[in-house]
Amino acid sequence: MSEALLDIRDLKTWFATDGGVVRAVDGVDLRIERGETVGVVGESGCGKTVTARSVLKLIDMPPGRFAGGQILWQGRDLIPLPATEMDKIRSKEIAIVFQEPMTSLNPVYTVGDQIAEVLREHENLSRRQAIERAVEMLALVHIPNPKKRVHDYPHQFSGGMRQRVMIAMALSCRPKLLIADEPTTALDVTIQAQILELMQEMKDKFGMAIMLITHAMGVVAETCQRVVVMYAGKVVEEAPVEALFGNPRHPYTQGLIRSIPRVDRAAAHKERLEAIPGTVPSLLDPPPGCRFAQRCKSARDICTQGIPPLKEVTPGHFVRCVL
Amino acid sequence: MSRQYLIRRLLIAIPSLLGISVVLFCVLALAPGDPFGELVTNPAIPPEVAAALRAKFGLDDPVWTRYVHWLMAMLQGDWGFSFVSRMNVDKLILQRLPTTLVVIGAAQLLAIVVALPVGVLAATRPYSVFDQVANTLAFIGFSLPTFFTGLLLILVFSIKLDWLPFVFRDDINATGLQWLWEQVKQSIMPVTVLGLFQGASLVRFVRSAVLDVVRLDYVTTARSKGIGEGKVVVKHVVRTALIPVVTLVALQMPIVFGGAIVTEQIFRIPGIGSLLISSILANDTPVVMGVTFVFACLVVLFNLIADVLYAWLDPRIAFR
Repeated sequence: MSEALLDIRDLKTWFATDGGVVRAVDGVDLRIERGETVGVVGESGCGKTVTARSVLKLIDMPPGRFAGGQILWQGRDLIPLPATEMDKIRSKEIAIVFQEPMTSLNPVYTVGDQIAEVLREHENLSRRQAIERAVEMLALVHIPNPKKRVHDYPHQFSGGMRQRVMIAMALSCRPKLLIADEPTTALDVTIQAQILELMQEMKDKFGMAIMLITHAMGVVAETCQRVVVMYAGKVVEEAPVEALFGNPRHPYTQGLIRSIPRVDRAAAHKERLEAIPGTVPSLLDPPPGCRFAQRCKSARDICTQGIPPLKEVTPGHFVRCVL
Repeated sequence: MSRQYLIRRLLIAIPSLLGISVVLFCVLALAPGDPFGELVTNPAIPPEVAAALRAKFGLDDPVWTRYVHWLMAMLQGDWGFSFVSRMNVDKLILQRLPTTLVVIGAAQLLAIVVALPVGVLAATRPYSVFDQVANTLAFIGFSLPTFFTGLLLILVFSIKLDWLPFVFRDDINATGLQWLWEQVKQSIMPVTVLGLFQGASLVRFVRSAVLDVVRLDYVTTARSKGIGEGKVVVKHVVRTALIPVVTLVALQMPIVFGGAIVTEQIFRIPGIGSLLISSILANDTPVVMGVTFVFACLVVLFNLIADVLYAWLDPRIAFR
């Protein structure tokens, strides 16, 4: 097996709170190959965002800490890396786009300055050169009239346009991996499609790998090659996208797929949309055994006695379930 | 755009100053005593003479006539005449104002120079030892009134150690560097007292402003750019956190002037604060009116400066 671009091994990111230790990410394994788009799905609070931010070490420590595991970036572990080395990777090799375009840009600088800041840091460009490159990047993400808009402030852009700016900023140094942390969640549906399309277009152009974090199964089906399903800080299923949608093995994944609204079925059969009962268990004191057992319809006694291992059911399809 | 903004702000200052002068005038008119109050009790002056003098200066006219009189005179640059010092009010104030401005300016500068780095450092390491010590000192700092710390410093540095003079003099018999050195020596204590008092509350304010910003999404974005923690804090955190701090500094100016009055009294600084107090005690109404009006102008001016700085710091404000 060749060296993966990103290889997260048994990552544990825990948070100290007044109530005890919250194990937000508790033993996650995740591989991303060069040029691959991997979807990370799961409901709110399952540890997707913490996993993503752990990769760039954007977790506030304290209260957070790495309790174990490795984050191998092209074979090099990022966890023990000093801050100055980490800064050479941030944006230059791994870039991130956040969920909230409205608040992710600094309101007191022009978008041009904010994009130029990255370029000046990593490519030693002069201010003028960096602004020129910023204009090019804005044009690339289809912002109309980029020469003029580069001097505008974030509040003069709409949400969708700001997300385009974020993408332009993230891609300005041609990173090898783009982490997109729910990039479309805060946007209108029509804008969502445009942003996804833009990301696909950028991928075709630059060939970077994408780690797409989302809770929208539909988005995953359209854009990803491989999917990792997370639940309560652990990976419960991992499979190529066709296998996951065609033959979901974990009861949680099955539930997620059933909860996608479908216009054709609902109209024809007057079916009610199926929801997964219950909520994510507290990560402060996770239940023993399978963390999904309490909400699982097919749970048996064995499910609560020890955490099931991640088994490979068919090549490339892993499931953490005893059934 | 920004010039229009400035002009509009200046125009708004006119009615505020008019309003302030009306209130000041009314309050002074209601207060007991006037410049000629003592003439009545002075046996050497016949009652007719006193009455004639009062009539001459219009002291028994209704309040509004006196106000219009005063306003008209002010508009022509006539600030009135001090009955005690026997000189024009504007000259008297101009004589005293520089000292006050220097002391207040230096104190405010000291406050900012101390509070900004301490507040930022405390906020970037919340609940660390540094933060706790800074917080405790700040709390002690603004709990102690200036008249207490002032007397304490005088006791220690002037009386016990005899390092610094405790009476501020404006008639120093020296020139050049020697003069400057004397000036600095006598300014140290008042500036320290006033500056640290201001700085103490400013530290806590800077800390909370920075703490508010540190949590924001765009700071995480800035961190993800790999520009280093120093640049993240200076360019992205402090720059935005300064916006409310600037407002606070400007809005605190009335308190600073108030504090200056007390501090000037303690250290015998011949500034306009002590001028105000001595004029009040002497019933020297024109001076009281003039000094309070200067204070009002300074406060309005600092508010204007705050607005301009605010617009400069926050591009979302500027053009509206």
